[in-house]
Amino acid sequence: MSTAAATHYVSSDAIQRYTFHERVMHWLNALAYTYCLATGLAFYTPHLFWLAVMLGGAPTSRFWHPILGIGFFIAMIWMHVVWRSDMEITETDKRFLSNVEDYATNRDDRVPPQEKYNGGQKLYYWLMYYGTFLLLFSGLFLWFPEYISFSLAWVRHLMIVLHEVAALITIGGFIVHVYMSVFLVPGSTDAMIHGSVSRAWARTHHRLWYIRVTGGDPVGKE
Amino acid sequence: MSNGTLEIKAISGHAGPVAGRDTSRDYDVCKLIDVTTCIGCKACEVACLEWNGYPFRETVFDNTYQTMPDLAWNYYNLIRFNEHVAEDGTFSWLMRKDGCMHCADPGCLLACPADGAIVQYANGIVDFNQDNCIGCQYCVTGCPFNIPKFNHETKKVHKCTLCSDRVGAGLEPACIKACPTGCLHFGSKDDMKDLADKRVKQLHEHTSHKSAGVYDPPGVGGTHVIYVLHDIDHPQYYGGLPKDPRVPLLVRIWKGPLKWLGNFAIAAGVIAAATHFVRYGPKKVEEPKKEEVV
Repeated sequence: MSTAAATHYVSSDAIQRYTFHERVMHWLNALAYTYCLATGLAFYTPHLFWLAVMLGGAPTSRFWHPILGIGFFIAMIWMHVVWRSDMEITETDKRFLSNVEDYATNRDDRVPPQEKYNGGQKLYYWLMYYGTFLLLFSGLFLWFPEYISFSLAWVRHLMIVLHEVAALITIGGFIVHVYMSVFLVPGSTDAMIHGSVSRAWARTHHRLWYIRVTGGDPVGKE
Repeated sequence: MSNGTLEIKAISGHAGPVAGRDTSRDYDVCKLIDVTTCIGCKACEVACLEWNGYPFRETVFDNTYQTMPDLAWNYYNLIRFNEHVAEDGTFSWLMRKDGCMHCADPGCLLACPADGAIVQYANGIVDFNQDNCIGCQYCVTGCPFNIPKFNHETKKVHKCTLCSDRVGAGLEPACIKACPTGCLHFGSKDDMKDLADKRVKQLHEHTSHKSAGVYDPPGVGGTHVIYVLHDIDHPQYYGGLPKDPRVPLLVRIWKGPLKWLGNFAIAAGVIAAATHFVRYGPKKVEEPKKEEVV
């Protein structure tokens, strides 16, 4: 076995994809984001105001939204420390992204083999990473508008638009992320809950990573 | 004036229809403030506090006759004071009663996300309902006059109600009742416009204020509080009254095109994902044969 494999628990039929630490990190991040998403959508449109009512009332939602937002930011920074090196865009990812049409139409045999995260996952990561900074920056102005002098009212106007645009961009990524992990790629959600994937799953979706952690062992070898 | 004047014609953050939409009563109400006859006595400030039940708050002396630098959540009505030196060297004290203008096209109501926190009555009064306020202060961002003020303890925003409670009971606002000089008037918008025009004509004919005029800014659809100013060309001299107030363009974009674009994009994203699933289905895992090597 290679050195990389030593950090991954490899059994004959399962490979550890996410450590306990990574899973806790992911779900705290997800919880904070989802809360901000639900309450944010309530403030975004009257048609979804009921979301805030369900979450304990709109004044309560307004109180917690920025605080959970800070939590989301911290979770994202934590994630960045842990995942940054895994998320660097490489030549392999560029090849994946140029073949993304094949991937999107499930002609996976035409898609070049991928590392632990494919180019699409990495793009989503960077979208959320930079989106978090935009949301935090603009959100601070929305949190304490009373401290911005009226002569700088244009800053408030700009930040309210920036916050919404940044939120909409992350929502776009979030829809794709949830769709793919829950529906399109069976086994993904299970991996993020329990931590492991089958060898066949790893070999199919992330072959370069599979080879790295198993030392190139063929699937099914006892 | 009947309670019917308080029929609601616009509601903030409201998804459904509004019963009183596009209705109007026999007349819209209006407060006329003739700053040329204001002596800065501040009886209106006191009357406002008394009627609204707020204790007199601490004042800030800044070498002027102004009670404090700005309006506060429990101080709806402030006489702004400016020592103005004109180009010809003449000197004047400019007093202006500042407070909510009750815009016909209110930026606060447009910006507010909370259902029913801001309402506009058929008589033109724009009123905040603190029970429904969520404390986001989007109204502060939407207002072109810098009027709504936030209470940090209760997390609610307050402003002048134009004494909607008194008006609904057929009374004039408290400030009007207290004014000793006849600088404040209250009635229908048409009557107040007439009165204002007459006063401006009088100023033109009998005083040196040749640029006197009526301040009823069209950028916000007109207001239900109008001023007679000695110098209509320079409203900014009167404690920063904006020359051409409008609901901020970015606020309009945010509440208009950006909402529709965002709603469309979110709906399209969800529908596209569902369609993709039906068309292509989940990805299959290749189960390799026993002897196959990677």
